[in-house]
Amino acid sequence: MVHGTYRVKLGLAEMLKGGVIMDVTTPEQAKIAEDAGAVAVMALERVPADIRAAGGVARMADPEIIEKIMDAVTIPVMAKVRIGHFVEAQILEAIGVDFIDESEVLTPADEEHHINKWDFNVPFVCGCRNLGEALRRIAEGAVMIRTKGEAGTGNVVEAVRHMRAVMSEIRKIQNMPEDELMAEAKKLNAPYELVKKVKDLGRLPVVNFAAGGIATPADAALMMQLGADGVFVGSGIFKSEDPQKRAQAIVEAVAHFDDPDVLARVSRGIGEPMRGIDISKLPEQELLQTRGW
Amino acid sequence: MKVAVLRFQGDVYEHLKYFAAAGAETFSVKNARELENADALVLPGGESTTISKFLFEEGFDEAIKKMIEEGKGIFATCAGLILLANEVFGNQVKSLSLLNISVLRNAYGRQKDSFEAGISLKFDSEREFTGVFIRAPKITRVGHEVEVLGELDNEPVLVRQGKILAATFHPELTEDLRIAKYFLSEVCGG
Repeated sequence: MVHGTYRVKLGLAEMLKGGVIMDVTTPEQAKIAEDAGAVAVMALERVPADIRAAGGVARMADPEIIEKIMDAVTIPVMAKVRIGHFVEAQILEAIGVDFIDESEVLTPADEEHHINKWDFNVPFVCGCRNLGEALRRIAEGAVMIRTKGEAGTGNVVEAVRHMRAVMSEIRKIQNMPEDELMAEAKKLNAPYELVKKVKDLGRLPVVNFAAGGIATPADAALMMQLGADGVFVGSGIFKSEDPQKRAQAIVEAVAHFDDPDVLARVSRGIGEPMRGIDISKLPEQELLQTRGW
Repeated sequence: MKVAVLRFQGDVYEHLKYFAAAGAETFSVKNARELENADALVLPGGESTTISKFLFEEGFDEAIKKMIEEGKGIFATCAGLILLANEVFGNQVKSLSLLNISVLRNAYGRQKDSFEAGISLKFDSEREFTGVFIRAPKITRVGHEVEVLGELDNEPVLVRQGKILAATFHPELTEDLRIAKYFLSEVCGG
């Protein structure tokens, strides 16, 4: 019997496909998410919109908060660690979290190095803004990639930009002759073997989710139609007027992302979405997506 | 042989690939009416709480019962097995009660307890099958009409009841096609 193999880690990511992963801060919210049909929850002390408002250093959540959420639901529980903070990751692995998000939403602990994720039995998800960044994280052992988007804004524009960037770079590599792959790997700052793998598969060699600014069922379906395997919804649910209805609607929208009739039905009467932020008005130093490389 | 894979949520693509590699014609379904064109249905792995919701909302419960009456095959892995079981422990998941077993969800523990292990197959005992168990359920009771076809440490992990074949592990995450081939030739064809 072997634990923590790559197949077992990637396997859990594959089981989450077609699903919605929701940020929660209390056992009650976790229960609402599970009942609405979420495939997993992200246990946090604060949702990104509140982290953004609070400022200061954002760190891993108190293990007690995470454990209470783990006790409340039977679906997988994820939690965030700071970029490069492998000790926070060791702690989350010790308490039995099912998936770790090495996240730019928290304040980075290392501005040069990300966590060596091969060291862990628990699977990791990491953010990216383009294919090069995605492949660097995969080379470090991540089994799920998500767009960074711009968390806590309720504005999907950056997630769209990042998903389009990844997908169009994949299409470009697919159509590239083999002898141009090395120069492309150099340009992307990504390992040649992974660039070659992307060409052979025509997609990322791991699971690819969307995150960062998704606030409505239409946003979620948009990301799915752009090629996401599933979506994370952060502040979008519990910062809205009616979290229960919105959570259910987003789950429906992801399962039926290519059916406009269903999307029209589930978008009706679900209360006010979270108030969004115009990202172009945010000062450069308040952007979360530029953290990590 | 036309094999449909239920595609609300879970590792749909991996099942399409697995059965295509075993020689089946595969397609995915989200609408119960499309099942008329299928000779068999696959309930994939994923989150049973999520898939259960769609299964009943979209009328797959009746459609699957009809398929079984018509003698068509049903293959289920992990979450799929939970959805077919007569009795489910560990949080309420509404199931179809078509497979006379009791199941305990997440019985081996959390993700860090997920594992790979060799399984002995009754229909091919010469070589072990690598079972990939991901937050897997355990079968805690087997009804008299249920045949145990695979075991791990003397516990059932692959079972058959008539036209239904169900595993607590994930054959579709391996390249070993023996289980797909058994399903297509013995369960569906036999």
